[in-house]
Amino acid sequence: MEDLIFNLFIFVLASFVGFELISKVPPTLHTPLMSGANAISGITLIGALIIAGGSESVYAQWIGLAAIIFATINVVGGFMVTDRMLEMFKKKEDDK
Amino acid sequence: MSQFLPDFLQAYIPSTIQLIYLIATGFFIVGIKRLGSPATARSGNQLAAFGMLMGVAVTLFDQEIVSFEYIIAGVVIGALIGAFAAKKVQMTAMPEMVAVFNGFGGGASALVAWGEFQRLDPGLFETQALVTTGLSILIGSITFTGSFIAFGKLKGFISGGRIALPGQNYINLLLTFVALGLVGWFTVSPELQIVFWSLFGLALLIGIFTVLPIGGADMPVVISLLNSYSGIAASMAGFVLGNNLLIISGALVGAAGLILTNIMCQAMNRSLVNVLFGAFGGGDDPTASLDTGDKAVQKTFADDVAIQCSYASKVVIVPGYGLAVAQAQHSLKEVANLLESKGVDVKYGIHPVAGRMPGHMNVLLAEADVPYDQLYDMDQINSEFKSTDVVLIIGANDVVNPAAKTTPGSPIYGMPILNVDEAKRSIVFKRSMSTGYAGIENALFYSDKNQMFFGDAKKSLQELASSIKELD
Repeated sequence: MEDLIFNLFIFVLASFVGFELISKVPPTLHTPLMSGANAISGITLIGALIIAGGSESVYAQWIGLAAIIFATINVVGGFMVTDRMLEMFKKKEDDK
Repeated sequence: MSQFLPDFLQAYIPSTIQLIYLIATGFFIVGIKRLGSPATARSGNQLAAFGMLMGVAVTLFDQEIVSFEYIIAGVVIGALIGAFAAKKVQMTAMPEMVAVFNGFGGGASALVAWGEFQRLDPGLFETQALVTTGLSILIGSITFTGSFIAFGKLKGFISGGRIALPGQNYINLLLTFVALGLVGWFTVSPELQIVFWSLFGLALLIGIFTVLPIGGADMPVVISLLNSYSGIAASMAGFVLGNNLLIISGALVGAAGLILTNIMCQAMNRSLVNVLFGAFGGGDDPTASLDTGDKAVQKTFADDVAIQCSYASKVVIVPGYGLAVAQAQHSLKEVANLLESKGVDVKYGIHPVAGRMPGHMNVLLAEADVPYDQLYDMDQINSEFKSTDVVLIIGANDVVNPAAKTTPGSPIYGMPILNVDEAKRSIVFKRSMSTGYAGIENALFYSDKNQMFFGDAKKSLQELASSIKELD
């Protein structure tokens, strides 16, 4: 039970941090932000690693494998596509 | 990989992992912060990516991880698919891409909770782990199917219109309560297979049922909300595993998605409830509400537009999604350059929901090298239309529809629009008289001050560019 309370504290405080960080972003960057934040949600990859690599049951390992593939698509694709978008914004900076 | 380290280091591994997770969390927070300004955004994204790399790399040293075959296979396959998709996707298809990535992320969180449940003896699970396992599966699965339905709607595989059973909203509400009930039952009796699978199946179904009735024009809001869900699902998976990095990062993304969703709803002057559940009752036929009488639209052609623009002192360009579909950003940029070389003041007025996501149009114009200091938000540009000689509306429709101000029965009534009717002249570049995404007629087209330039946006703009050149 203490764990749950402690985790809830972290969860709520992190939500407030996210709220504050993001409410100050100009509209121009909303699409890259959505895409970048989405890539961060692929953090669940870490959980997938533990399940695929730390299970004795083959059943759980296969679930872990599927989770790793899904999460890696999200992480790698998300960060790369965000970088592609932001690269174009960067070019404007250099022009001036 | 902990087995490769010398014995005396073993004792330090768990706390080292936690400390590096803490640093990774810092990278995420600073990364998101830096994503907030054009000058630092790219480095912010790279920081977050680096934080992710650190988190993943250090997890490999977790003493629980003993085999690497599945890990290597999974990461290689996933990275190849993700990298290929990210390289190949057109900038116009960005909303679909985010939807797909998001679906995979949500699905992964559901799988992680399921895998953890399979990995350990259910008897070892505490109540809190069971609740969060159930929630992770519920939210993750809704995100998974919901995102793919959203993808299908944007791609046009699935009709953009309302697809629903009679009383769909009530069915969905009921199903959601049943699903929450199943989470509770699962918590009490985790050994019952039937409860677990019913929960899983029902969650997948809810994802389909909740997104299917929502119109194609509202998909950005849905994707943004699902983005928030996938964060919460990851956070729940973190509760299951007792992993702080997952809890924090998931919560950050959950908050991000909610804020963005809210911003998008505000831009359309709608509440989230209205977007998700649509108008109860319905029965309005918005297309019938426009009485145009026998009025005809005025047509115009490239040479005429060229003269009007070249002798104007101020031209505002209002780009819409149609511009992007026609891949006409570069031609537009050429026209703008020609006008600027003639001393015309050229500005771009960007509606918050231009394109298909907030900021989507800015990305599309950035791709065509339009400097972002020429891009004006709706609030900035609306005060300038009175002093504008010519407004060029290219592939936009609903965001300049005066019905939003004048027709209370219209589906877009109350949505803030760009007040292009205040300019001395507006010229609409459009393929045909067809309606926009919201499916309603636009009275602006029939205004005395408005002219229509029919044709493919790219071809029309190229004609316009050559006509302007001929004026020299």
